Amino acid sequence: MISLSSPTRSPAPASPAPTARRAPISRGRRRLGILYVAPMTLLVAVLFVIPLGLMVWMSFNHWPLLGASAPNGVTDYQALRDPLFIRAVWFTLKYTAVTTVVLGLIAFGLALLMHQDRRRIGTYRTVLFLPSAVGLASTSLLFYGLFNADGSPLNNLVRAIGLGHVDWLGSTGNALGSTVLMITWRFAGFYMLILMTGLQSIDPALYEAARIDGANRWQTMWRVTLPLLRPTIALTMVLSVTGSLLAFDQFFILTGGRHYTATVVIDIYREAFLSQDLGRAAAVSVATLVVLVIVNVVQMRLIRREGR
Amino acid sequence: MVTRTRSAGFHVTGLALAVLFLLPLLWTLYSSLNGPEAANGKQGFGVANYRRLIGYGNGLPTYLLNTALVAVIAVTVTVVTTTLAGYAMARLPFRGRNLLFIVTLAILMVPYTTILVPLYILLGWIGLQNSLVGLALVLAVLQMPFGLFMMRNSFTALPVELEEAALIDGCTVGGALRRVLLRGVLPGIVTVALFSFLAAWNEFVAPLIFLTDGSRFTLPLALFDLQSGSLGSVDYGALQAGVVTSALPCVAVFLVLQRYYVRGFTSGALKG
Repeated sequence: MISLSSPTRSPAPASPAPTARRAPISRGRRRLGILYVAPMTLLVAVLFVIPLGLMVWMSFNHWPLLGASAPNGVTDYQALRDPLFIRAVWFTLKYTAVTTVVLGLIAFGLALLMHQDRRRIGTYRTVLFLPSAVGLASTSLLFYGLFNADGSPLNNLVRAIGLGHVDWLGSTGNALGSTVLMITWRFAGFYMLILMTGLQSIDPALYEAARIDGANRWQTMWRVTLPLLRPTIALTMVLSVTGSLLAFDQFFILTGGRHYTATVVIDIYREAFLSQDLGRAAAVSVATLVVLVIVNVVQMRLIRREGR
Repeated sequence: MVTRTRSAGFHVTGLALAVLFLLPLLWTLYSSLNGPEAANGKQGFGVANYRRLIGYGNGLPTYLLNTALVAVIAVTVTVVTTTLAGYAMARLPFRGRNLLFIVTLAILMVPYTTILVPLYILLGWIGLQNSLVGLALVLAVLQMPFGLFMMRNSFTALPVELEEAALIDGCTVGGALRRVLLRGVLPGIVTVALFSFLAAWNEFVAPLIFLTDGSRFTLPLALFDLQSGSLGSVDYGALQAGVVTSALPCVAVFLVLQRYYVRGFTSGALKG
């Protein structure tokens, strides 16, 4: 087992279940198996499978927050042509692109820096990871104070270097930049940890071979580290892209969606609870879900292929 | 000489980064306890921010209790259901085993924020709307893919002989699970409980949608209320005290159990 303080090796992946070979398969054990999975199955069915079906059904109904519902064909899907929705899609895509690049580069730099055997390296890693233990909503409230309170160290610093008063959340661009800053602080250690587990799985003999062949650091990075790290990099990208496309807490708390910083999920929330039209919210949800499943499947395929 | 310079360079960079990453947390802690707002108009330290926070809305104790209740139920349900199911997945062959595994892992593919609206309706049908139990059950389901994966792998990693010996000694399957195997998969259980706790304690969007009654609010929701409810004049002091209150248990739990957290990464569960 590896830990933040001594990440030297990761455990071998568990081998497939040996049941087929040894354990006696009796009718009793089979029945017991069904009994043991029953609680989980019940919860997954009621709180995941049924809502999934219900969502599709709702999207073909006029379904107000209060009052009776009635089928209305594909009318709800007109929500996808709403200018507010289209604006939310563009903003979400922009946010996703910026976050994924900035966060990815910084986390990669941190992983390279912290993936060394040095004294006290574990402490550094723990500190860098600490923000990831704080909830995203708490982080957003913390930064809300950092951006807006007059005496915050951030505003003091800006004043000290002569920039005067900065409205961190006062325009689309500012809010985007400030949010990316916050997200980077919150998630850099998390992605660093994932990338470090990838770095550890690279055979040190390969570095030794590259050194003997006379490769410089830059060549080693491009020819050894990056190709072998591709599956891990792809994984962090899947997580970052999916997480950013579904961004909600950070913008809901920091800007409330003002200055055109509403994301797709904020749009779903507005349709459902401000416009009180659950049918339209369900239609947007279905569309988002389809797109995300496609994105996930494509990215997983890429990981598999590149992982070979 | 060269190595010493490089080592110094590393520690300078490392320290600078550490300060940068700690600063927001330390500033919040410091300013929640220091300044005129914290010390009743005087300079220096005081707990006035925390006093105002305790008195806010339905009172901090209510919010803490609600959050703790949700976390405890979510963790318990996740651990119990995924331990039982993980054992069955690893050792008890039954029809539909693969299907169930795939459906559960599909929860990872389906972003949960997209099914919150139908969940809201469904919870209404079964009488769990605006209920902390309903919220906790939903949060438990969200943790099931990770939990199931983790527990299945934990049971698979145990030697079959362990269970066989217990069975020969006269244990029933349930008895062997309870008395012998549980100890072997304890690290896995702690990992699942830790992830589940952090997720449940910090969840924002699900309670925002499911809970309408202020007396049922969880801590993140109450703090959001504190920030957004008073237009124009946000009580930053109380807000910072609230952020500290909400972050402290997570930071403490993480520091104590960090090796279990890292275990969650390296077990390959993220690559599921």
